[in-house]
Amino acid sequence: MQDYASQIHRCFRCGYCKFPSDYSSFNCPSYRRFRFDSYSTGGRLWLVHAWLRGEIEWSEHLAEILYTCTTCKNCVEQCPMKFAPDIVEWIVGARSDMVEKGRIPQRVARFFEAVHGYGNPLKRLRSQRAAWADGAREYAPGDEYLLYIGCLGSYDENGQKMAGALVDVLNASGVSFGILAEEEECCGNEIYMLGEMGLFQSLVEQNVGRFRDLGVRQVITLCPHGYNTMKNHYPASGGDFQVYHYTQVLDDLIKKTGVKLSSAAARVTYHDPCFLGRYNNIYEQPRRILQGVPGIELVEMERNRKDAFCCGGGSGNFITDLLAGGEDSPARTRVREAHETGADILAVACPGCLTMLTDAVKAENLDDKLVVKDMSQILSAALPAR
Amino acid sequence: MPLAKLQFDTTKCAACEAVSCLVGCQYMDFRDTDEAKKEWQKVIDNQDSTVLRSCTTCYACEEYCPFGNHPFYLIVERQEEKGILPAPRPIITMWINQCQPVGKFIVGKVEERALSYCFLPHLYALVKGKLFDGIAWSGIFGQEFFCNAVYLHYARASIIKDRLPMVVENIKNQGIKELVCLHDECYGTFTSLASAYGIDVPFRPVHYYEYLCDRLRELKDVIKPLNIRAAYQRNCSARLCPQTDHYVDDIFGLLGVERIKRRYDQENALCCAEVFRMAKGPAFADDVQRRNLEDMVEYGAEYCVFNCPACWDALADKASDRGIEPIHMIDLCKLAIGEEQGLRLSESGAEV
Amino acid sequence: MATTGTVYDALVAIVGKDFVSDRKEERYFYARDGGLMPPHEPDFVVLPRTREHVQEIVKLANREKVPVVPQGAGLALTGLVIPQRGGIVLDMKRMDSILEVNEKARYVIVEAGVTHGALKNHLQKHHPQLRHSIPDSPPTATIAANAVIHGQGRLSQQHGFNSDMVSGLEVVLPTGELCRIGSCSVSPYWFSKGPPLPDLSGLFLGWFGTTGIITRLGLKLYPCKKMRDVMLALTDRAELVPEIMLRLSHTELVEDVVAAAQPLPLRFRDTFWIMAYITGDTQEELEFKRKAVWDALWDLFESRDVGFLSLPPAMKGPLLSMPSKDTTRFADVSKGGGFQYAGPIAPIEKFPLFVSKLEEVATRHKLFYSSTSRLIGAGHCMMFSFSFSFNRANPDEMARAKTALDECSKFALEEGGVLWKADIDEQKLLMDKMDPNTLALMKKIRKLLDPNGIMNPGNWEIG
Repeated sequence: MQDYASQIHRCFRCGYCKFPSDYSSFNCPSYRRFRFDSYSTGGRLWLVHAWLRGEIEWSEHLAEILYTCTTCKNCVEQCPMKFAPDIVEWIVGARSDMVEKGRIPQRVARFFEAVHGYGNPLKRLRSQRAAWADGAREYAPGDEYLLYIGCLGSYDENGQKMAGALVDVLNASGVSFGILAEEEECCGNEIYMLGEMGLFQSLVEQNVGRFRDLGVRQVITLCPHGYNTMKNHYPASGGDFQVYHYTQVLDDLIKKTGVKLSSAAARVTYHDPCFLGRYNNIYEQPRRILQGVPGIELVEMERNRKDAFCCGGGSGNFITDLLAGGEDSPARTRVREAHETGADILAVACPGCLTMLTDAVKAENLDDKLVVKDMSQILSAALPAR
Repeated sequence: MPLAKLQFDTTKCAACEAVSCLVGCQYMDFRDTDEAKKEWQKVIDNQDSTVLRSCTTCYACEEYCPFGNHPFYLIVERQEEKGILPAPRPIITMWINQCQPVGKFIVGKVEERALSYCFLPHLYALVKGKLFDGIAWSGIFGQEFFCNAVYLHYARASIIKDRLPMVVENIKNQGIKELVCLHDECYGTFTSLASAYGIDVPFRPVHYYEYLCDRLRELKDVIKPLNIRAAYQRNCSARLCPQTDHYVDDIFGLLGVERIKRRYDQENALCCAEVFRMAKGPAFADDVQRRNLEDMVEYGAEYCVFNCPACWDALADKASDRGIEPIHMIDLCKLAIGEEQGLRLSESGAEV
Repeated sequence: MATTGTVYDALVAIVGKDFVSDRKEERYFYARDGGLMPPHEPDFVVLPRTREHVQEIVKLANREKVPVVPQGAGLALTGLVIPQRGGIVLDMKRMDSILEVNEKARYVIVEAGVTHGALKNHLQKHHPQLRHSIPDSPPTATIAANAVIHGQGRLSQQHGFNSDMVSGLEVVLPTGELCRIGSCSVSPYWFSKGPPLPDLSGLFLGWFGTTGIITRLGLKLYPCKKMRDVMLALTDRAELVPEIMLRLSHTELVEDVVAAAQPLPLRFRDTFWIMAYITGDTQEELEFKRKAVWDALWDLFESRDVGFLSLPPAMKGPLLSMPSKDTTRFADVSKGGGFQYAGPIAPIEKFPLFVSKLEEVATRHKLFYSSTSRLIGAGHCMMFSFSFSFNRANPDEMARAKTALDECSKFALEEGGVLWKADIDEQKLLMDKMDPNTLALMKKIRKLLDPNGIMNPGNWEIG
C-alpha cells in the first residue's frame, strides 16, 4: 500500500484525467455521469486532501464521491505527471483509511458484510455456488488447470450463462480442468479496490492455501477482476501459480486442438474490460479470437483499447450502484457508442461488463438491435454440434 | 589532481610523409600532401591553421593516422586553446550543462560484469529479451557514468580531462571488473581517449558487439537467418576503435546479413551529419546525408544498420523515406531470434 | 437558510436536482483554483445545459441579488472564477455542443462549455483542413473562457490573441436578455464579431464575466497544413532574443514563436530556447520554410551567438503536441501540485529585462522558475511568463511564490507591461494606473449592464 497521504496534494487538477487520448469526450465514468468537477479524479484527490487536513469533515457525500470511482484506470493512462501510475493506489489508500475509521457509504458496508458472511457480495448461499455448473467437474489434483469462476460467474444470471459457455468451450478443446465449486472463495479484487485490506488479506490467504493444498499450478479465471488480483496481488501473499484470463488461453487451445468453428455472420464490436486492458495490457488476444470466428466482422468503437470507456461496474459498483442509472450512466453511454458502430453484437470478456451492458441495452431500448455477449458465448455458439 | 595531458608524439608527425590525417579527410580538400604537411605543422606548432576552422569533428583522422598519434585530439586541444568554436557557443553551453554530474544516476543490481547504458535513454528500449538474460539489471546510467567523448565535437578537451577520471573512478567504485559498453563511444573513450590522456582504466571495457557475438553463438539454435542486404552506418566514435569493425561482419555472418559493399563504409564512412548541421549549417549536412543515403540506395540496401543511437536519431526517418528499413544492431539480433524491435521510428511528426 | 432553500429550490426547478449542489464538497472544490489566490465558497454550484437555463438562472440571481460566477475549467490560476461574494457558480461545461462548422467561411459555432480538446478532436476528424488556435492550458480549458481572458495559442503569432479570433457571440446579459454580438446579430453567418458594425464584443471580452455570460461563441478557423515541424534556436545572450523573435516573424512563414528560459533540466540552463514552428503541405514547402528560418538568423549563427539544436524525435514529440503536456508538468517540478505565473503582455524588447528580474526574484525567494514567452501578432507584443512552481503541502513556499508573483507583476507594470488575466489584487494595480476617464467609462458600462452588481463581483470592481 502506498503512503498516499504524503503524496496526494501533488494533483494539479489539470483535468487531463477526464479525457481519452484524443480528447474526443469525457472518459472518466463518474465525471461523465455527474459532471461536477468534484467527481473527477482531480476533485476526488483534492477533497481527500482537504479531508486529511481537516478542511472538510467526512460526510456520506464525500464517501460517495470517493466510492463512485470505478478504478477504471483511465486517469492513470492520461495524467501527464510522474505520479500517474500511483493514482489508483492513492484512491485505494484513502478508501482504506475510511474503512478503518468506519466511515464508508452504507452500500459499500453492505458489500463487505456480504462477502464476509457469505463469501460473495450478492449474499447468495455458499452451497449454491456451483448450481450453474452443468458439465464442469470439480478440480482434482493432476488436472492441468483450475477454472476459477468468481462470484458473478457463480451467481449472476448472465455470469452463469457465461461460465457455462466457457466450460463448453474448454471441454470442446479437450483440456483437463476442474472447478472448486462450493469450496471457491471470493477473489477479493473488489474488496481490495474498496479498501478493506483485512478482509482482502484473509480471502487471499484462503484461496492461496486452498490452491496450495490441491497442488494447483495453473489457474484460468472467468473474470478479469479475479485475473488481476491473482496476477498482481496474490504473489506477495505466497500465491505461487500461473494465472491466465480465459481469453489468453482460448486462442492457443482452439488452434492446438483444431476445433473447427462454424460461421457466425455478425458485425461485432469489442468492449475492453478495464482489468484486462488498462490493468494488464491484454488488448489483442480477444480481438484475435473474434477475428478467428468465420463470418465475424470486427468493428471498433471510437474509444477502444487503452481509451475504452468503463462500463461503470468496477470497484464493486456493479453491486453498490453508486453511479446509479439514468441516461448518463456509463453503461448506457457505452452502449450508445457501441450501437453507433452499426454492430449487432457487443462482445465483452467480463461478467461485470456483461451484466452492466446487458441492462443498459434494455434501458436504451436497443434490445432488437444490439445484443451483449461474452466472448465465451460467441465461441460456444460457433462450436461444432456435439 | 593535475589535469591529464594529451600524449602526442610530434616526432612521429615529423617522420610522416603521407599526412593521412588530412589527406584522407573527406570534408577538407587536401589533395596536395605538401600543403597538408604545412598546415598540419601549423597545428603542431600551435599556430592558426585552416584545419582548426574547417574541421567537422568527424573523428576519422584518429583512424587514418598509422602511428596512433591522435591527430584529432590535438586539433581539439588547439581549437580550445585558441578559442575557436566549432559550433555556436549556446550549443556548446547546452552540452556542457546537460551532461554535468548532479547525482541523479541509476545503478541497477550491479555485478562484476555490468552494462553501461551511458547517458542514452534509447538503450533502455534496446536492452530487452534473451540477448541480455542475466545481465540487463546489472547496469549503470547517467551523467556520472557518461563517457564525455562528445566534447571532442565542441573543442572542450578540458571537460573530458576534468570529468573522465571521475567517471572511471565512479565505475571502479561500483566494483565493476568488466564493463560492456552499449554505446560505442564509451568503448572508444575507455580504450583510446583515456590512454591518450594517460588516464588509467582499472576495468576491462567490452564492446557490445563482442558481447552480442558471444550471446548469438550461445543462441545459435534459435537464430533464423535473415537473408537481407544491409548498409552499415559507421559512426564517428567507431574511428576510435576500428579494431572492433570485424564484429560487424561476424554478427552479420551469424545472422545471415550481407554487409553491402558501398562507397561510404569502413574508412570512407560518412558521418550521420547532425553534428555538422549544428556546426556548419543545413546545406553541408544535407549534402552529406543525401550522398550517404543515395549510396545505400544505389548499392541495394534493404536495411540500414545503426551502431550509435545518435546516428539513429539523425538518419532513421530519412532512410525510411527512401525505402530502407532502419534498425539498430541490437534490434537486428533480436529480429533474428524472433524478438520485438525496441527502437522504432517515431510518429510524433505526424500530429498537426 | 430559508432564503438559501428558496434559491436552491428555484435552481432545481430550472436545471433539475442532479445539476444543483449546495453540498460542502462541491462548494469546497469550486471555492478555489489551482493557483495561489485565497478560496471563497459559493453557495451553489449549478450545471446549466441550455442558454434558456442560463437566462433563467441569471434572471433569478438578478431578482434575488445573488452573485453569479460563470466558469469553464477554472484553469486561469489567478482565481478569476473564485466566487468572492459567494452566490452561484455556473459550471458551463455541460453546454458542450459543437453547433456548426462553416468550412467555406472558416468558422465554428460552439456552446460555451466546449473544450479546446473536444474542438481539436472534432476538427481533426471531420474538417482536417481546418484548425483553431490551441492554447497550452490543458484540453479541458473551454473556448469561451479562454476568449474571455484574452488567451493566446498556437496561432497567436500570426493572428493575435485568441479573443481576436472570435467571430461572434451570444450572451446572456446580467438582466437576463439573450443578445447576439457581431455579424450574427443581423445575419445567419457568424463571420465577424464586430466589423462593419459597432464592435460590441469589447463589452464582454476581457471582462471576466462581469458584464454577461457567453452562451455561444463563433471562432475563426484557419488552414491546417498536412505537416508541421519545430525548429529550435538557442542563444546565450538574452538581449538577442527580441531580435531573433522579430526576424522569425519577419519571414512571415513561421506559425508560432515561443522563447523559453529555465534553469532545469540542466540542458536549459544559461541558454534561451526559441522555438519556431513551421507547417507545410509538402516536404518541399517545409524545406523552404526551414531554409528561410536558417537564413533569417544566419549571421548570428556564423558569429556563433545562435545555434540550432537538432531535435531527436523524443524531444520533438512533446514540443509538437497540442496542447503541451509539458506545460502542465511544470506543476509537479517541486513534487507539489502547483504552479502559477504572472503573464504580462509587453513589448518584446522587455525580454532581457524581464528574464533577469525573474532570475533575481526566484533566487531571492528560493523558488524554482521557468518562463515561456509567446510572440503575439507580428511582433506587436509578447506574453512573458514569470512562472514559479510550488509545493501545495508547503505553505511557506506557497507564500513565497505569491510574494514573488506580486513583485514580478508590479515590476512588469512599471516597465510598461499590462497584466494578463490579472487577479483581483492585480486588477487594482491596473486600475490605479489607468487613465481615470477610461476607468470612469468602465464603471459606467458595468453599472449600465449590471445594475445590481451580481456578475462575478470583486472583479473589475471600480471604487
